[in-house]
Amino acid sequence: MIIIGELINASRKAVGTAIEAQDAAAIQKVAQDQDNAGADFIDVNAGIFVGKEPEYLKWLVETVQAVSDKPCAIDSPDPKAIETALAVHKGTPMINSISLEKDRYENLMPIVAGTDLKVIALCMSDEGMPETVDDRMKIADKLVNGLLKNNVKLENIYVDPLVQPMSVNNAFGMEFINTIEKIVTTFQGIHTACGLSNISYGLPARKFMNQTFMVMAIAKGLDGAIMNPLDKKMMANIIAAEALAGKDNFCMNYLKAFRAGMFDF
Amino acid sequence: MAIQDIFQAVMTFDEASVKKLVQAELEAKTDIDAILNEGLIGAMDEVGKKFSEGELFVPEMLMAAQAMKSGLEILKPHLAEGAAESKGTVVIGTVKGDLHDIGKNLVAMMMEGAGFNVIDLGVDVDAAKFVAAAKDNKARVVALSALLTTTMPAMQTTINAIREAGLTVKTIVGGAPVTQAFADQIKADGYSDDAPGAVELARRLIAA
Repeated sequence: MIIIGELINASRKAVGTAIEAQDAAAIQKVAQDQDNAGADFIDVNAGIFVGKEPEYLKWLVETVQAVSDKPCAIDSPDPKAIETALAVHKGTPMINSISLEKDRYENLMPIVAGTDLKVIALCMSDEGMPETVDDRMKIADKLVNGLLKNNVKLENIYVDPLVQPMSVNNAFGMEFINTIEKIVTTFQGIHTACGLSNISYGLPARKFMNQTFMVMAIAKGLDGAIMNPLDKKMMANIIAAEALAGKDNFCMNYLKAFRAGMFDF
Repeated sequence: MAIQDIFQAVMTFDEASVKKLVQAELEAKTDIDAILNEGLIGAMDEVGKKFSEGELFVPEMLMAAQAMKSGLEILKPHLAEGAAESKGTVVIGTVKGDLHDIGKNLVAMMMEGAGFNVIDLGVDVDAAKFVAAAKDNKARVVALSALLTTTMPAMQTTINAIREAGLTVKTIVGGAPVTQAFADQIKADGYSDDAPGAVELARRLIAA
């Protein structure tokens, strides 16, 4: 599972404050914690700062990479902010995210075209939020083929089928999960990723539903997540689910996690 | 006490009972305004209150609204001309560039449940469309939703356009990244962090 640590997001109050105060130590602590907990990418987002986003995003990349070898996921729809951050990034980052919304697609495609950047492809278009498997696949087809045509490698694409909340429509869980299955069988070698906490919007005990949903999605092929890697129970669920899905040879990761105390709560 | 039964039936999301009870009250010549205000709308207010307190959750709010609506459908042909407009018209939509509709739909639904005449413009609505809808429908409140930090500036644009058009309609804003401070900054008339709060806000602004 590719884990994209989501905690360095300016819309989280403590992080927003740290960015504004240019408090490198506070940001570095969040970066290191996520790195140690098993994050593969450290997401950086400075979206709430209109006008200052390029400057802050660049600062976040430099600040995070001073203490972590993990690449960043550069989280912005603004091509200027992304390019500023890319200029200082070491290694191969992820772009979070392109979508089929016209502006976003046209702004981000030139940045990823012909590069080795990883890119999250979010199943959203100007026609609104997709609800069914078919809605999502129509968008995914156009997005993936557009990226391939622009010389982005299939294995660098992470399709996010867009999680919608169960509380308003009880089909939303399985429509998402069945899309994961269809994507991984249609485009073999592609990745999937999602921020899945939206599934439990409007319900209590959200962590419990999020964990269960993660396990169900992994069974159908989900192999990337934008999440909080410090959530120990979620991490344990992922490790067990990947073993059960046959993605963990001889259950070696599972055993390693056991010995590291990852199943002790 | 039958109006109390209607209230209870909405509170327990029992659509079939709501229909039966409203029909029975109509036949018993109970005051229609009382059925509407004390029974159906009263129950939705209670649902909203319990939701805000964390006792009820989104699916329950949806089910209650559906039960309320089924009762309202039976009442409608009997309501006096213009009664639906009497509580005021609310124009609602998600601002330009933003396609999120779930929060906006919840607010629209609770506004309907409170007896407002609701005109839902959908998502990705530009300022001119809000202005035209508010003007054409003599709206008392325009409710703007935004779920992205990148689309919050469109709330400002929309409120500016409403003021430039000379409309006195009240403007209210909401959505995950929106705060009271932002609402003050863009000179919105009000902000709420949940759907029942938006209903209370609309009532207060219309009464003022």
